[in-house]
Amino acid sequence: MEDIEHIEKEMKLIGSDGRRLDGRSFDELRPIRIEAGVLRRADGSAFIEWGGNKVLAAVYGPREAHPRHLQDPARALVQCRYNMAPFSVSDRKRPGPDRRSVEISKVISEAFSSVVFKEQFPRTSVDIFIEVLQADAGTRCAGLTAASVALADAGVPMRDLVASCASGKIDGVVCLDLNKDEDNFGDADCPMAIVPRTGDVVLLQMDGHLTYDEFQKAMGLSIDAARRIYEMQRDALRRRYSVTLEDILKESPPTAPVAEERPVTSEEDFGPEGI
Amino acid sequence: MSEEIVSELMRAHIYRLASTGQRVDGRGLDQPRKVSVDRAFVKTAEGSARVKLGNTDVLVGIKMSVGEPYPDTPNTGVLSTSVELIPMASPTFEAGPPRPDAIELARVVDRGIRESKMVNMERLCITPKEKVWILFIDIHVLDYDGNLFDACSYAAVAALASTVAPAKSQGLGDDFPLPVEHWPVSVTTAKIKELLLVDPSLDEERMADARLTVTTDENGDIRAMQKGLSGSFTYEEVKRIIETAQRVGRDIRPLLQSS
Repeated sequence: MEDIEHIEKEMKLIGSDGRRLDGRSFDELRPIRIEAGVLRRADGSAFIEWGGNKVLAAVYGPREAHPRHLQDPARALVQCRYNMAPFSVSDRKRPGPDRRSVEISKVISEAFSSVVFKEQFPRTSVDIFIEVLQADAGTRCAGLTAASVALADAGVPMRDLVASCASGKIDGVVCLDLNKDEDNFGDADCPMAIVPRTGDVVLLQMDGHLTYDEFQKAMGLSIDAARRIYEMQRDALRRRYSVTLEDILKESPPTAPVAEERPVTSEEDFGPEGI
Repeated sequence: MSEEIVSELMRAHIYRLASTGQRVDGRGLDQPRKVSVDRAFVKTAEGSARVKLGNTDVLVGIKMSVGEPYPDTPNTGVLSTSVELIPMASPTFEAGPPRPDAIELARVVDRGIRESKMVNMERLCITPKEKVWILFIDIHVLDYDGNLFDACSYAAVAALASTVAPAKSQGLGDDFPLPVEHWPVSVTTAKIKELLLVDPSLDEERMADARLTVTTDENGDIRAMQKGLSGSFTYEEVKRIIETAQRVGRDIRPLLQSS
């Protein structure tokens, strides 16, 4: 225990050159990579690597809402389940939901409830699953960002994507996107999510200690970062869905007659004799 | 695991193809799908592997801690295997405590590893009767497209083989790789009417009458078996399935071993 206190006091999170332990400046994001459509069974899915975070998101629905008494005759339910794999953290986490996961699931469900066109799908539910495979602080933001892409991949009608990022305070300096060490030894953490097109804030949490000025600075950093993340989300979707002339030519070379998309019961799928 | 329905059309198609030795995805009846292994996928784990068997996608993380041995095995480490069929992986999986199918799956994977003595658990004893290493095999199914028994088993074996015990952080000397001594490979065969299909795809699995999982070691010896579903096998069929499991096992083993 003394050791830890000692480390805590001695630990400098920002060097004399103003750089953080991982070499970033105060307004720099960790590297982010998003991939859309990574799972076979889910209606939509996305994988995100965000610094040391690895998070998968999957979407099912709109589908019949279970249990039935939860069904809303006027609109769809948006339900999220955020879950951490037992091996995603340094001390094994007991499988299953804990209070933290339940809370995160709730705030993420609420964040998406405001962008999904729920009125179009009465009595159904849109189920969002977020699995944290490797955690390095900021998992809810990474999960939300990935889930947004997964919802789009599933074709769920939305007002816009949701982009998310956290800011916090370390060594008295407001910084963007804290990593695990910074989160553990820092002074504050403030995750948020916005609808980039309108700027509406759909998720906001804070713990630690920020002055009002510091809070505004943190929000400024997060909003700016969320707009950059929004572009990465759109890029991931473009990579998944854009069709180049090359693709078209590969599918149907100019010599062959233009093949229309055929139903599953075509000859090709069932062998030359048919069924 | 089999609440989804396979259409009569697809059933007829699968059966007709199989009776001429073919399968929907172009495989022969005794040919498994492509296995790909991605090691050290999770850096927060002591060992990990993400295995794709066709489109079935499984991630295994190994965590180790120090604890007490069971009173009846005071000189051996403890092995604990659990499977989470997370609702992300299939529209038929639900959140909540593990259901019988997940428990069976975890136990069959565990049995193959335990009975083959893949990891020398006696070398994971620190102080007899007091302190041993506890090995957690946590299996996370990410995408379910048939044959979880083999996919989970391959991922668990590959993850164990890449595991380094965190001895230093426990003040127990230098970190060391797990003492791996044997290489179990599980091969599952499904029976559809009178036909035997290795490594069933999702549709094949859902229309199967019976299922047999055979785990063999590097000598071709049988280390674990599990029969499932309500159908039955003839003794001749069982022998054929074991021979196939030995042969397929030989092909797959190097994929799990190479690091």
